[in-house]
Amino acid sequence: MSSGGHDPGRAYEELVKGLWRENPVFVQVLGMCPMLAVTNTAVNGLAMGAASFFVLVCSSVLISSFKSWIPKPVRISTYIIVIATFVTVADLSLQALAPTVHRELGAFISLIVVNCLILGRQEAFASKQPVKLALADALGMGGGFAIALVMLGGAREVLGAGSLFGVSLFGDQFEPWVVMLLPPGGFLMLGLLLLAFASIKEARVKLAERTRKAA
Amino acid sequence: MGELSWIFVSALLVNNFTLSYFLGLCPFFGVSGRLVTAFRLGLANIFVMVITSLCASFLNAFVLPYAPYLRLISFIVVIASTVQFVEMVIKKVSPGLFRALGIFLPLITTNCAILALALFQTSRGYGLLQGLVFALGAGGGLTLALVLMAGLREEAELSDIPSVIRGTAMNLIIAGILSLAFMGFAGLFSGNA
Repeated sequence: MSSGGHDPGRAYEELVKGLWRENPVFVQVLGMCPMLAVTNTAVNGLAMGAASFFVLVCSSVLISSFKSWIPKPVRISTYIIVIATFVTVADLSLQALAPTVHRELGAFISLIVVNCLILGRQEAFASKQPVKLALADALGMGGGFAIALVMLGGAREVLGAGSLFGVSLFGDQFEPWVVMLLPPGGFLMLGLLLLAFASIKEARVKLAERTRKAA
Repeated sequence: MGELSWIFVSALLVNNFTLSYFLGLCPFFGVSGRLVTAFRLGLANIFVMVITSLCASFLNAFVLPYAPYLRLISFIVVIASTVQFVEMVIKKVSPGLFRALGIFLPLITTNCAILALALFQTSRGYGLLQGLVFALGAGGGLTLALVLMAGLREEAELSDIPSVIRGTAMNLIIAGILSLAFMGFAGLFSGNA
């Protein structure tokens, strides 16, 4: 099944698909819990994205290297224990490196363990493919997840606080839309972003149809 | 008594796990298509939460003071075994429910609400009794959110809605409005909080 693994074009393909075409957040709608909870500012989104990226890449590489030694009946538990180990590493490192961000993210760093995106990639990809492809896939998916988190966090921060990465954008006369920083804002903003993506997609399909008819 | 009821109502309404902490969203959007299924999944969640809370209290009291870095790993192992157990019981007792829940039953393991319950309970220093009340409140809140969402989605199914917004975008916006409504409970305890 994994015989085509040594062709560099394939690895590139796996890397790019996660960034946009199969973006874990906007297309597959996975890993929503940590995503909505911490993305009230762009910085928090970035920290969460980086931590998830680290955990996803490390566990994908490890599980892909050991895939032939992991017995099938207990594979899910094995994956979870591997992921939990890397999350513990990320949690303790973040606590040492950036204590303020760590305080703000709170329990949500630990909750990366139960991010369906990470477990899903292990089950669907890393456990079946060679290390090189698993690495490419994890880099793409992790990158796509981080991009989506920063986008969502940035949009909420701009609307809710009038700043981006803590830098004020509009000056004093800006009236912040506080609800965007609160929980409902997370749901609404992601809903609106998904709506935007869906309408772009629909418009593209219609355009393609029209050009086909004209031709 | 006052403190226990505060913990309960707080977890049930004010700090609802789903609508204000964004926990357990996968089943919230995945299984909320039909009211009956949503309600039963909620009950299964309450059950797993209560058992997890008991196990977490036990681990916190006897094991983890000696090895704090094992906290996350031991919690997740306990939760995974509990879910396995619940799955076997449901399969035996109610095969229909087992089929209806499908993949979402094993996925309770990766339901962040369960792990978050154990983590919050630890970080807030709840004891055995407080933990149990917290689990009941949080589970009840989760069930409430699931049932409300399922009811709204059953209604929306029959309404005239543009096709482009149907699906996840619509569900998220419905959830946003629900969450906005739940924020009204925030003032409930401002007097003695």
